[in-house]
Amino acid sequence: MTRRERYEAHQRRRSLVIASVSSVTVVAALYFLVPLTPGWSKVQQSFFNGDTLVKTFPKLLEAFRINVMIFLWSAPAIAVLGLLIALARDAKSPALFPLRIFGAAFTDIFRGVPVILTVYLIGFGIPGLGLPRPWNSPYIWGSLALILTYSAYVAEIFRSGIDSVHHSQRAAALSLGLSERQVMRDVVLPQAIRNVVPSQMNMLIALQKDVSLLSFIGPVEIFRQAGVFKSLLANFTPYVGAAIIFLIVTIPATRYADHLMARQMRERR
Amino acid sequence: MPKLELQGVVKRFGDRTVCDGINLTVDEGQMVCLIGASGSGKSTLLRCINLLEPIEDGAIFLDGEDISIPGLNPQSVRARIGIVFQSFNLFPHMTALENVMLAPRRVRGLTRTELQPEVEALFARFGLADRMHNYPDQLSGGQQQRVAIVRALAMQPEVMLFDEITSALDPQLVGEVLDVLLMLKKQGMTMVMATHEMGFAREAADKICFLDSGRIIEEGPPEAVFDHPSHQTTQAFLARALK
Amino acid sequence: MPRAFSIAAASFLLLSTAAFAQEQCAAGKTLTDGKFTIATGNPAYYPWVVDDAPESGEGFEAAVAYAVAEEMGFGADDVVWVRSSFDEAIQPGAKEFDVNIQQYSITPERDQVVDFSTPYYTAPMAVLVSANAADTAPTIDALKGLAWGVMGSTTAVPKLASTIQPDNDPLIYGDNADVNAAMTANQIDAALFDLPTALFLSAVMIEGSKVIGQFPADEGDNPDHFGMLMEEGNPLKTCVDEALATLAENGKLAEIEAKWLQDATGVPLIK
Repeated sequence: MTRRERYEAHQRRRSLVIASVSSVTVVAALYFLVPLTPGWSKVQQSFFNGDTLVKTFPKLLEAFRINVMIFLWSAPAIAVLGLLIALARDAKSPALFPLRIFGAAFTDIFRGVPVILTVYLIGFGIPGLGLPRPWNSPYIWGSLALILTYSAYVAEIFRSGIDSVHHSQRAAALSLGLSERQVMRDVVLPQAIRNVVPSQMNMLIALQKDVSLLSFIGPVEIFRQAGVFKSLLANFTPYVGAAIIFLIVTIPATRYADHLMARQMRERR
Repeated sequence: MPKLELQGVVKRFGDRTVCDGINLTVDEGQMVCLIGASGSGKSTLLRCINLLEPIEDGAIFLDGEDISIPGLNPQSVRARIGIVFQSFNLFPHMTALENVMLAPRRVRGLTRTELQPEVEALFARFGLADRMHNYPDQLSGGQQQRVAIVRALAMQPEVMLFDEITSALDPQLVGEVLDVLLMLKKQGMTMVMATHEMGFAREAADKICFLDSGRIIEEGPPEAVFDHPSHQTTQAFLARALK
Repeated sequence: MPRAFSIAAASFLLLSTAAFAQEQCAAGKTLTDGKFTIATGNPAYYPWVVDDAPESGEGFEAAVAYAVAEEMGFGADDVVWVRSSFDEAIQPGAKEFDVNIQQYSITPERDQVVDFSTPYYTAPMAVLVSANAADTAPTIDALKGLAWGVMGSTTAVPKLASTIQPDNDPLIYGDNADVNAAMTANQIDAALFDLPTALFLSAVMIEGSKVIGQFPADEGDNPDHFGMLMEEGNPLKTCVDEALATLAENGKLAEIEAKWLQDATGVPLIK
């Protein structure tokens, strides 16, 4: 071991000890101090009731399958529509000008309106026009509301991805005799999409959570199921249960997105 | 009739005139080297010939046909004139083979199978046979630049343009790329290259053009330009470049 | 204080109001001395409160509130109205009202967190159907086949599951307005409400809808009793209960119910 290696090993041990001690102190302080607050026993009874958690957890998990289902059919639709909107906004030909205007209006509107409003307006509004069953299902129109809103965001991310591809790539492709469309499809888009995968992962995580907004128009997914339990039992623990289920899914996804982001940063250096 | 002819080509970026009335003729099989300081307009001129930049005034003729008519679809012209860039510009998401096959498949309408023998022969000819399935980031600079040349050649162009293709390379890799150019010259390819490699230009070029502020102020065979430059600016440039 | 004055004051109080005992009961137990702070929904609906104006005393709950206040010795001017949401009211902690009256069903679970008065009303459940299903017979068998919707934070959810047991899972909503919207959009055929709410919705909110039947108020394990909600351990509870007992005894409560909810009995029992 060289002198420097010995020094660095010492420094590493030191950092580890400091980090451990400070973490343990904070956790211990929370663990011992919070129960001393005057409202703790009531809060514990209302939010962290073990019996209630055990009783309601299986039903919550079952309701979560609805969230997963809605997520699974919405996400691919969002990817496709988001990409189409991004391309429409970048359309150069004057004949496609209406498409550009449409794309801009679309992103402005759906990024500007709170998701819950869109869910209400589309979820109740369009079926209210008199569609027959099963075409007026809140599952269909609620999902559409999510798809439209998220497409607007996803489209903007795709656009930033398209912008991130260096113009020399376009020039090289054009110089070979490829048409603008071929350049976009074969050269720019594959790189653009790869560049924005981490950002889009974050959109997926947000979508997974926002699926719960469909509960406002009827579907009994996990958030609503937890709400029903809350009303029946006058206890907020089912919400904590729902939060735990969300975290089990979103924490690994978030870590993975961060990992992708970090890897991309390394590659760009 | 010259293979390629430029008449009074003017290119402006806003208020800045980058090519200021350039006249140039390139005969079939000729190698023309454009030399001059950075910013003298060499790169822009090449990009204009490839129609990557629209020109403000003047005309460009290929086989006597005006290819610079505004509104003309540039695709068919670009397929006939290849260009290789200083920064390689390989497509990073494709292997070397896919890089080379993309344009022939899309533009010439050939399948991978139809292209295979022709493309493999090209790779082999330029010493890249064992690199076909590598991605650009797995190749050295010299290899990447040779793949870029192969990519342009796969379109079977009639004229090749080279834009300082050795400037981004480590000195020990320059030779392998310049050798490729000599091979092409031997095969009779018509070439225009912008370069800072004065030794190579002197040895290989049929004609040297010295650009200054968007104009060709001196042109002629290498010996004439290098040994007896008539213009004072040329003399000063060469004195610096050959030092 | 001079003795003569306090005697005079005491005599005056004795003479001026019969509610001296109740005044003593509530004294010092309200949020603001001499005032009785009552919370209701925001907004509050007919027939519980007319025109969202509880101060008028118009509407069943507004009338009950003033009757109780009077029994407890508060004049109409001493009643202070505030608004609250459901969640606010069942959270642990201090309340910003003395009592909260907005159709709270009394349940044992809720009773652990907050206090309820004795019931001031026992609401029967009733079935509201959309125009498309208006011809449905008022039988359990016929009702099973409908597409059901229900408001999530009421006891209607377990009621629906235990009595009607619909063929398809019901859709559940956050408030009555959303149940209405779903029925208007033809996403659901039927919904379960307490009878007064159902009658109001069919009359005013959802065109062509109809209340086709009701369950007996005493059927099942958990009939809905409405109670006034108070902070857990509120000493005012005994005073409120006493007042409600008096009102029930002297028939005043029944009178108020008859006045504001009398037409309720036009709906057949579900078989």
